[in-house]
Amino acid sequence: MSGALPSVTALREAARPLLSVRDLTVSVRDRGVTRPLVENLSFDLHPGETLAIAGESGSGKSITSLALMGLLPHNVSVTSGQALLDGVDLPSLPEPDMRRLRGSKVAMIFQEPMTSLNPVHTIGSQMIEAMRAHEPVSRGAARAAGIAALRRVRISEPEQRMRQYPHELSGGMRQRVMIAMALAMNPALLIADEPTTALDVTVQREVLELLRELQDSTETAVILITHDMGVVAEYADRAVVMKAGRMVESGAVADLFASPGQDYTRALLAAVPRLGDGAARGKPRPPATRAPVARLVDAQVHFDIGANVFGRPTHRVHAVEGVSFDIRPGETFGLVGESGCGKSTLAKALVGLVPHRGHIEVAGHALAGLTTQGKRDICRDVQMVFQDPMAALDPRMTVGDAVAEPLLIHQVCPALERQARAAELFRRVGLMPDQMTRYPHEFSGGQRQRICVARALALQPKLIICDESVSALDVSVQAQVLALLDELQRDMTMSYLFISHDMAVVENVADRLAVMYLGQIVEMGTRDQVFGNPQHPYTRRLLEAVPVPDPAGKGRTYARSKGEVPSPIRAIGDAPQRMPLRDIGHGHLVA
Amino acid sequence: MAETSQTIPVQAPPAGIWHRLLRRKLAVFGFAIIALVVGGAVFAPWIVRYPPDEQLFDGLSLFGEPMPPSRAFLLGTDLLGRDLFSRMLYGAQTSLIIGIVANGVALLIGTLVGVVAGFVRGWVGAVLMRFTDLMMAFPALLLAICLAAIFQPSLWIVAMVIALVNWVQTARVIYTETTSLAEREFIAAEKTLGASRSRILFRHILPHLVPTLIVWGTLGISVTVLLEATLSFLGVGVQPPTPSWGNIIFENQTYFQAAPWLVFIPGAAILLLALAFNLVGDALRDVLDPTQRGND
Repeated sequence: MSGALPSVTALREAARPLLSVRDLTVSVRDRGVTRPLVENLSFDLHPGETLAIAGESGSGKSITSLALMGLLPHNVSVTSGQALLDGVDLPSLPEPDMRRLRGSKVAMIFQEPMTSLNPVHTIGSQMIEAMRAHEPVSRGAARAAGIAALRRVRISEPEQRMRQYPHELSGGMRQRVMIAMALAMNPALLIADEPTTALDVTVQREVLELLRELQDSTETAVILITHDMGVVAEYADRAVVMKAGRMVESGAVADLFASPGQDYTRALLAAVPRLGDGAARGKPRPPATRAPVARLVDAQVHFDIGANVFGRPTHRVHAVEGVSFDIRPGETFGLVGESGCGKSTLAKALVGLVPHRGHIEVAGHALAGLTTQGKRDICRDVQMVFQDPMAALDPRMTVGDAVAEPLLIHQVCPALERQARAAELFRRVGLMPDQMTRYPHEFSGGQRQRICVARALALQPKLIICDESVSALDVSVQAQVLALLDELQRDMTMSYLFISHDMAVVENVADRLAVMYLGQIVEMGTRDQVFGNPQHPYTRRLLEAVPVPDPAGKGRTYARSKGEVPSPIRAIGDAPQRMPLRDIGHGHLVA
Repeated sequence: MAETSQTIPVQAPPAGIWHRLLRRKLAVFGFAIIALVVGGAVFAPWIVRYPPDEQLFDGLSLFGEPMPPSRAFLLGTDLLGRDLFSRMLYGAQTSLIIGIVANGVALLIGTLVGVVAGFVRGWVGAVLMRFTDLMMAFPALLLAICLAAIFQPSLWIVAMVIALVNWVQTARVIYTETTSLAEREFIAAEKTLGASRSRILFRHILPHLVPTLIVWGTLGISVTVLLEATLSFLGVGVQPPTPSWGNIIFENQTYFQAAPWLVFIPGAAILLLALAFNLVGDALRDVLDPTQRGND
């Protein structure tokens, strides 16, 4: 080779694209009316390239992937346009031919690995079946290939894993198995539909890194469907931004992030919470000297499981193990950790939904040993906003009644005034009082969460617990709900216990925070202390794992974890070791 | 805010439940059949030409065969020369009482047991559900025969016997549904609002059981009508000569080939009535479901 080497991108541009989508329109037929879900979508994908299709819910990104796989629901179909894979038009391919292509030339990974693996078959038998469906190989050969594939996705003891059932593996391992199955046949195109949305950040990082490494060695083209602009920035070469079934913008990721051409893209990128924005927002509120609104001293929550022959429990889940902290009036206290760390259980203990040991007090009243009336009175001081507003609202009750419900239960005002108060709450959270006669399903996700916030506000509590309250929302809606929470806090001097797995969101909203791991707090301090000077290795790992919505940060190295997270389930009598916290200065506690 | 301004388009204000029910053709069809049967049963004495248990002189042919439907006997006559039309109308009274009262009581017992067991749990729930399982394992017909034999058979006793053996399935289904409802997040949300147990039960759990109850209630009508027929056939149900749709079939089934109308007509009546209740029940379930609003 001599002279100026053309760049890799230029080479790819010159080559024939692997997949060429032209004016693809996918429509749904509903009661005789045809409505487009995806309209005139066009893009090219070259071998070895990663194309991200990014967009919020309802943008048609998943429908696009299902259309390419030929897996559309029965009332949805491709109505015009082409999707040429190596010159073969996928939508017009008859089903038997498409079936042959699926798995061998085009493979797909879904969001939820538990539901895409068959729970009644072992990992091994599923892998062998999948391979033998496409190639006439012997069971033994397929088995060997399966073990090799598992080894490639760095699953420990692959021979052992082949004999295990999906439920015996962790979420990250299951997704790695899915990747191994998808890549076993060396597909030319891999479609990954929100492959890491259901996973913890540290696991997400590992799965995505793995995907990239495998891609580098196989020249497989990847379509990465995601709502997470951080994932787009770090793992995609080019991106297509979609909104309501139409392509808004497409281009190289670096250009797209540096100079978005469309207002929508700009708004979407602006709404993404970034680590560091919180510090820019200003100093955390000065600690109040008044009595804390909530105080936890050595709080523990245990669940006994299993039973021996005498009906005695054999194992104990140490969900929360000796947690102590205060929440001060008017502050936002963040609680971060990965799934299964006990943060939601702690929230439930605070509102009395699960029994606890140790001492928990809210507004000066200890939770333990309360009478029924006392429990009801506590509810006026502490309220909760759940993760999924659709599940947290009674689907058979109008939202007006739902918001008026706490007023009715606690008889805070006469019946005539109740509707007026509820209407006022509706206005307060940015909704129209004339929407009060509707039912929850008639609202969008963000509106529903506003309704839940209104319901929590009704009793004017001193503390609102937000348990992953914005995690299920699209970024733009998430930003609006966070702004609403902030505004309400300033007007009504409430405290928030803000529970989240998303480090960036917590950094944006919390004054102080605690990092939880396996039921215990490993680090606690003000936002600047924990984010500016993370001391515990687990905190650092969490921070490193957060995808950064900035393509310049691509290719950062990341220390891989050494195996699986230990389980909080232990034999009775075998209590976990407590990790004592020590103060490293100005109330910054580290285990 | 952008998100709040793009609300779902304002729908027409919801019409009354009646109005929305009557917009469904199948529901109207069901209502018509039920109205016809109820009207026939109530006004039977004014409609019929012959008393239901009178053996008419010209009700049998010269060879002692029942008469097929004709101008004189609208639906023909039975083996004893009684007018089938009269018997059908009077039998409708019996069948409706069984279908509605017996089934209603069964539904009530089943719901009570299921909801209490599912909501209270603990040992109360365990005892109730094990008792339900016991009842389920016991042959229902045998139990019904025993009960009917102990008491003096009469229409109301038969209705109670049927209720006592038919509540188990409802209890099982309602129990399962209640336990899963109690685990739902909006119930947890209610608890955090400080709602009392009775409020959660009556305002948030029972309304969600209504669709299931409607389905089981309407399906149960045909089951109970047929069970009454079986009991009558075995001699422990409604005693002859009181007619019921069930015992008309069983009295005449041996002559099915010679006189098909004697079995076909009451059979069709049971089928149509059950179908009508199912259609109305289905429509009612949809109309009462707020998530279906605007879909009709």
